[in-house]
Amino acid sequence: MARLHEYQGKELLKSHKVPVPKGRVVSTPEEARQVAGELGGEVMVKAQAWVTGRAGMGGIQRASTPEEAESVSREMLGMAVKGFTVEKVLVEERLDIEREFYAGVIIDDRARAPVAIFSSVGGTGIEQIARDHPDRVAQLEVDIVEGLQDYQARDLVRRTGVHGKLLRDLGGMVASLYEVARSYEARAAEINPLVLTADGKLCAADCRVTVDDYAAFRHPELGIEIAREFDRPPTALEKIAFQVEANDYRGTFYFIQMADDFQKGDGYIGFHGAGGGGSMMSMDALLSRNYKLATYVDTSGNPPASKVYRAARIVMSMPGIDGYFASGSGVASQEQFHSARGFVKAFMEDRLSVPAVIRLGGNMEEKAIEILQRAAPEIRAPLEAYGKDDTADFCAERLDALIREGKIKDLPPAPPRPEPQEPYTFESPTGTVTYDHAVCDTCESKVCVETCVRKILKLENGCPVLNISRDDAKGGRCVECLACEVECHFAGAGGGHVELPIPGLEEYRKGLLKR
Amino acid sequence: MSILIDESKRVLVQGITGREGIARTLLMTEYGTKVVAGCTPGRGGEEVEGIPVYDTVLEAWEEAGPIDVSVLFIPAPLVKSAALEAIDAGIKLLVIIPDRVPIYDVLVIAKAAKESGAKFVGPNTLGVLSPNKGVLGMIGGRAASARAWFFPGPVGVTSRSGGITSAMAYYLAQEGIGATTLVHVGGDAVVGLPHPEVVKLFEADPDTKAVVMFGEIGTSQEEQVADLIEAGEFTKPLVAFIGGKAAKEGTRFSHAGAIIEGGRGTHEGKVERLREVGATVVDSFGDIPKATKGVLADLGV
Repeated sequence: MARLHEYQGKELLKSHKVPVPKGRVVSTPEEARQVAGELGGEVMVKAQAWVTGRAGMGGIQRASTPEEAESVSREMLGMAVKGFTVEKVLVEERLDIEREFYAGVIIDDRARAPVAIFSSVGGTGIEQIARDHPDRVAQLEVDIVEGLQDYQARDLVRRTGVHGKLLRDLGGMVASLYEVARSYEARAAEINPLVLTADGKLCAADCRVTVDDYAAFRHPELGIEIAREFDRPPTALEKIAFQVEANDYRGTFYFIQMADDFQKGDGYIGFHGAGGGGSMMSMDALLSRNYKLATYVDTSGNPPASKVYRAARIVMSMPGIDGYFASGSGVASQEQFHSARGFVKAFMEDRLSVPAVIRLGGNMEEKAIEILQRAAPEIRAPLEAYGKDDTADFCAERLDALIREGKIKDLPPAPPRPEPQEPYTFESPTGTVTYDHAVCDTCESKVCVETCVRKILKLENGCPVLNISRDDAKGGRCVECLACEVECHFAGAGGGHVELPIPGLEEYRKGLLKR
Repeated sequence: MSILIDESKRVLVQGITGREGIARTLLMTEYGTKVVAGCTPGRGGEEVEGIPVYDTVLEAWEEAGPIDVSVLFIPAPLVKSAALEAIDAGIKLLVIIPDRVPIYDVLVIAKAAKESGAKFVGPNTLGVLSPNKGVLGMIGGRAASARAWFFPGPVGVTSRSGGITSAMAYYLAQEGIGATTLVHVGGDAVVGLPHPEVVKLFEADPDTKAVVMFGEIGTSQEEQVADLIEAGEFTKPLVAFIGGKAAKEGTRFSHAGAIIEGGRGTHEGKVERLREVGATVVDSFGDIPKATKGVLADLGV
């Protein structure tokens, strides 16, 4: 779920008529001083970070004067809070709190509906409050089509022991909170505490909103860069990986960087799973052997070979890994040879230098294993391929053995690909296919035509050309199976090449993108 | 018998002309599923694997006859519209394959389904398969693989992970244990037929003697299954494995549903609760076939 900062949540509340403390978000101590001056009186300086328990870390502090606000902000900005660097602080009027409440809207998986929750006792841990004061907490399932009616919100509040004018006003807030949650498709939206001040006003003192990852695309106004749950800011590699996923809906490519700052010999493995369940178990197989994960990748849901290729190149951009372990459920329904070709292209291009064990079990696994084994002699590091009748545990055992053996073949690097003499190119959905017809002329097998999964090639004067329109190829008839490059290399003359750009990766590798 | 799919169900494929639609229509028809029509707006009049394509679901119902199930292969942002169309036309079971369907869309689909007496599997599901009877979705990939891996028998298989659905049924089959139906509940947090709903269907199926369940961290599905056992609403033996032991709080491991939030949905919580009510929870995935054999032997099956 994509989490919004407190100040962003408060902006959404404000736009839906829920009062929030006067104040502004700032990124420098000077600005903090200025805002404190404008507000006059005591202010609160609050670090904007996706963590709970900010107060305990010095992330929420009072300031009596603008100078103090400036010095407090100076301390907070740049502070590391559970892996996050505080880049912004919220400077707000300090509220004279008489009473605290809790209001929240959460999607309940069991009810398959949003649930509105209200408590006449605010504070941390709504579950604990519900246990300790059951008569002060009430919840209500909301009809997704009808929404939360004003009278329903009022009665929700009434059930927690609140009456009269306060009930009416709080009811209005809860109804507005639901509107915010619904409008921005929040998995959860909470105001805790919702405060009654000494002069009788209600105010949302804090606000936590997490937006459904899968809806972020239709809320560009929220400025969510990566719609994923992170307990720390996304790394440069994660951003690169997310771009690949965002621009290609075919199959899944999930990528998280699990570690940073490690070297060869530290026991970190590039882990590449397929399917959440199988990946978690394959992960366990590595962890139980005291290896650590450098990456957690999932390419499942029948991704094209091009996506697996990109995933592998991103994993291999972490220089300190000791091995590459790809293993999913073992009995996948997707045709596994696509992934196999994606791995082969990536391993050859990047000259894989660490042992790799690839378990592509399931549909068409024989073909997948064959494709990997055929490539093994041309790859410096040992490459082994397994299927569904080999357990994840056995495969992890093999990787461990290969890493300990430490054998690397002494292969000269492949010569750089020459400029094509007679290029024939067409675009695929996310890349460019190029044949050098001068080379194709010399090819005896012409395997590209028969191995093209979608049969979109034909021979013209003995050279491969599209038998469909260029637009159709780019629009998706070409599924980027990579046969035209991989089969061509191993069984043909080598005239075919598929260029698949990965924006940002070259720069990352050149060290220009720092975390 | 079986649950949800067999050779008699009349099936519609929505999005039949897309990449997945074409490939899986072939899988379904070759496996014996009665696919009677397809629907892709704008492509009415075409044919895919011999199946007629229509412009709207109602048109398919009118021209090809009543439809029992619709399988959706549609881009995520368009799923809600397609699902509502199917429910509106009177279809009582939907299998929503795509990943990344916005959660509020799923809630709207859930309400419409409830009001119409319809059910849905998924979203983010590989589908449902009853060995030698029919398949809805992608399980097996190709008919030849599905035929080689699965055979009919007494165990109901339900899983929150797609690949694991096939894996469990395959490894059980290797030990001579067949299945009534394989159900991939789906990887998302909000799904139409979560584990507790599936086990209720297995409870009502006379041919299912025991159930094997792959659970995960996150949501409360496995705890709800335990509640059903305790309440006497699910009485057949259960063998379960819960994935995600190594996951820490707050990190999502691929599935939107596999996240521990606020201390709920933890691995230990699920394992303890299920063991508390007498279910067999294995600590290692590889122990599933043996445990299942034991459970069936105790039943005298």
